[in-house]
Amino acid sequence: MSATASTSFPAVLTVLVLVPAAGALVLLAMPRTRPDLLKPVALVASAVSAVLAVWMLAEFDAGSAASFQFWQQHEWITGWGISWQVGVDGLSLFLVVMTALIFPLAIVGVDAEHSPKPYYAWMLVLEAGCLGTFVALDLIMFFVFFEIVLVPMYFLIGGWGHGRRAYAATKFFLFTMFGSALMLVAIVAVAFLHSSASGGAVTFDLTAIAESQVLATNTARWLFLAFALAFAVKVPLFPVHTWLPDAHTNAPTAGSVILAAVMLKLGTYGLVRFGLYLFPEASVYFAPLMVTLGVIGIIYGAIAAAMQRDLKRLVAYSSVAHLGFIVIGTFALNTEGLTGGVLQMVNHGVSTGALFLLVGMIYERRHTREISDLGGLQKPAPLLAAVFMVVMLSSVGLPGLNGFVGELLVLLGAFNAHRWWAVVAAAGVILAAVYLLWAYQRVFHGPASGANAETPDLRWREGLVMAPFIAAIVFMGVYPKPVIERVEPAVDAIIAHVEDNVAGFAEPVADVHPSVSLEDLARSDKADHNGGDGNGVTDHNGDDGGDHNGGGE
Amino acid sequence: MGSVLAQLPVRTPPVDWTGLLPVLLPGAGALVLLMIRSLVPSRVVPAALDAVWTFAVAGAGLVSVVVLWQRDAVVEAFGGQLVMDRMALFVAAVVLGSVALAAPTLPRYCRRVEVASAELCVLMLLAAAGAVVMAGAADLIVLFLGLETMSIAAYVMAALNLRRLESLEAGLKYFVLGAFSTAFLLFGIALVYGATGTTNLDGIASHLDAFILLRDGMLLAGAAMLLVGLGFKVAAAPFHAWAPDTYVGAPTPVTALMASAVKAAGFVALIRVFVEALGTRADDWRPAVFALACATLAVGSVLAAVQSDAKRVLAYSSISHAGFILVGVQAASDSGVAAVLFYLAAYAVIAVGSFTVVAVLSGQRDDRTGLDTLAGLAARRPALALGLTILLLAQAGVPFTSGFVAKFSVIAAAVEARSYWLAVVAMVSAVVAAFAYLRVVVAMYFRDSGDETETAAETSKPSVGLGAGAVIVAAVLLTVAMGVVPSVLESLSSTAAGL
Repeated sequence: MSATASTSFPAVLTVLVLVPAAGALVLLAMPRTRPDLLKPVALVASAVSAVLAVWMLAEFDAGSAASFQFWQQHEWITGWGISWQVGVDGLSLFLVVMTALIFPLAIVGVDAEHSPKPYYAWMLVLEAGCLGTFVALDLIMFFVFFEIVLVPMYFLIGGWGHGRRAYAATKFFLFTMFGSALMLVAIVAVAFLHSSASGGAVTFDLTAIAESQVLATNTARWLFLAFALAFAVKVPLFPVHTWLPDAHTNAPTAGSVILAAVMLKLGTYGLVRFGLYLFPEASVYFAPLMVTLGVIGIIYGAIAAAMQRDLKRLVAYSSVAHLGFIVIGTFALNTEGLTGGVLQMVNHGVSTGALFLLVGMIYERRHTREISDLGGLQKPAPLLAAVFMVVMLSSVGLPGLNGFVGELLVLLGAFNAHRWWAVVAAAGVILAAVYLLWAYQRVFHGPASGANAETPDLRWREGLVMAPFIAAIVFMGVYPKPVIERVEPAVDAIIAHVEDNVAGFAEPVADVHPSVSLEDLARSDKADHNGGDGNGVTDHNGDDGGDHNGGGE
Repeated sequence: MGSVLAQLPVRTPPVDWTGLLPVLLPGAGALVLLMIRSLVPSRVVPAALDAVWTFAVAGAGLVSVVVLWQRDAVVEAFGGQLVMDRMALFVAAVVLGSVALAAPTLPRYCRRVEVASAELCVLMLLAAAGAVVMAGAADLIVLFLGLETMSIAAYVMAALNLRRLESLEAGLKYFVLGAFSTAFLLFGIALVYGATGTTNLDGIASHLDAFILLRDGMLLAGAAMLLVGLGFKVAAAPFHAWAPDTYVGAPTPVTALMASAVKAAGFVALIRVFVEALGTRADDWRPAVFALACATLAVGSVLAAVQSDAKRVLAYSSISHAGFILVGVQAASDSGVAAVLFYLAAYAVIAVGSFTVVAVLSGQRDDRTGLDTLAGLAARRPALALGLTILLLAQAGVPFTSGFVAKFSVIAAAVEARSYWLAVVAMVSAVVAAFAYLRVVVAMYFRDSGDETETAAETSKPSVGLGAGAVIVAAVLLTVAMGVVPSVLESLSSTAAGL
């Protein structure tokens, strides 16, 4: 993959990462006498990043989305070949934008329950860490950011959480650290083996290592496993998901939002960038395993979610299921699946982030998250119910909303690659409808009794925070084209990279039936078969897909 | 050298005294302080003089190290018995830096706990002189001399808190087991001399390089005994039994010094003997160090995780760090040595900083170090809690701290030497150790202090003091700086390792 630097503002990504970090330092230096200024300062710092991210989105050249843009490199630890190297391509662009936008919303939307100074400082450190992970193109730099995010999240859960917060925070920290411990060994091994095989100096440059592909097959498979373990814990994949329900349930609202929307994506993003790209052969080799784990996650997460009595825990388990979709999309190893996976990363971030915010609002009003204690909230809080409804349906994957586009592409891809697994996974879509609709019904429908009847509706500020989420949910459901056309070139490049480097591997596409795109589906009543080009779906004009299928289910 | 007979009458070899300043300054400084304190009535000189003098002497020693480093010429003294090369200077800097960092805490600490500060300071400087001799030793006998100078001072320092029984126990344990290990070391030296005919480290290396020993049992037995003897000194499992009790019982600033300077000296001795002198026999000793490293990592991190006393957590964590450093030794390469040196420097700062926080909190008798006494510290002393948290996270190897870079460098050395499994063991044990540090953090941040009425006056607002405060701030800043911009220390340690 080639890389281009931005001409007008070459350091945009570095600044994007450093601004929140600097904001955290400013917060620490703020006088004790003005606690009212803490939140505005935190907001400004995160908003600057958000503005930069939006500017970047506008400047991003969709035509060369497969190459790294806004690329920048500095020496960091020269003696060990470690550099500060940043860049975004179609895979990371929307994750960066989503991260930069969701942080100010989480800061505005949720007040610190106590000790605001460290709270906002940790939030900003967390933002810097997450952004750094998505833009890093050096293995060590990636690892450094991947690991540093544990610290602020640990303190957010432990310091501002509920229930068994210290337990949940420690479990979260240790699980994730265990995963990445082996990854560090693998990263170092990759670099040394690469340098000894290629005869060059030791470098941790992702592109240089990934493009040369000099590792022995068996070695690469072991190393892939070490990387995959780190990401599987973060995603989280069954069976290393057990930290997630505890962390989510006990975390403060903003912590849950960030955890679900951004931090889980560090794992799925890592699987693409450092799994598929770095170890194409091993990815192909282990794809059945990963897909299997993903499918188990979908079904297990859905069943577990349906069983929950705690609304927040329910949403947490639904994440396990949704992330399973992303993993099977990724390891379908074809354009549809991977595009759908990347889309779902953003979609899940938006939908589940919003869901956690809403659950937080309910908790704030009712001081309980027990589903059985809630009921009939629709009457006293119609607006809250409506917003919850839209977000919940987007999480279910209702056509016309964002979740549908991603899930459909994932299932298409998975169907071509692992047919029966796709069938099982599709059952997960139905299960999602079951547990979410059932939860909605129990919480919002029925007669409101006691305190439930006095639940206040959405306040102005809350409505303003939710508005961008709703807008994103609808926009990406109705008109995903601008997103897809930026994601897809990068996805194609990754798939081509895998095909080039794995002997005997061809992108799994529908061979009996020609490939199907969203556009085709929309016209499916007119024509059952259209000519496949044998190269998978490369032309998604998904813009009208959601529309036309609007009443399809 | 030419024929010795031709040079009769014997002329003493020329000595470059300036090159020996890192040894002479602390040694002479200790003696001068001892004279002043013995001859001048104590009401004439302020009590703080001891610590100020120690700090000044250590600082002067550091300056001399910097000057010698820039002179870029290896100083050989006493007929090549003492060689102040780059590695010796690097370790001397770590040792003297640890002393300089430990000293500012002393005035207030000694007054509170009623430890004799003059004796403590004299012994600290003497121990430092011994440690620097170890760093520069080019001969097993000189190495032994330096080790004994350092150890005997350390034994006494450990027992210096006369009012506390644990301190006396610490001194006794340290002394008995230390003397025991010294016997191993001496026996090892004798056997290696028997096998190679020399005690000079270079001589041993060139002998082993030039000759193939047909019967190498004596050499191997000697090497094994040296490993046991030095393993005791660096508290490597299974020779670590003395360490936790000694660390906990000794006055806390002394513990800081034992974890930093004493450990650094022990490891440089390991490098000198094994990587340099016995480098050609690396295939023989590497498996032993491999096993030693695994055991040390496992014992240190697992036992650290189950302690209920902050000082004991740090003591066991110091053992687990020794395991990490052994991973670098096991690589038996220049990059391994560089990694060891980096780790020693980074850990010295972290250790002194962490133990200084403990010293500040430890109360009148230097024994209030239980995790429950830390409960709610974040609410009472947010800055102190934050400082200790950063130092603990650094020990856990969190990025943007020197601890991460140090761990990275030893892992890189191990991977480069193809010791993948050792690297994996090390990283997994780092996770276990992280649990131990998190328990301390949990106590400070997420738990309320329970018995506030009982000892409210003492615990609720422990007074930090200017000296200790400056030390903690300096340690935290250095730790973060070395984590964000590690290139400086990295290039220094690489140069010191001869890379």
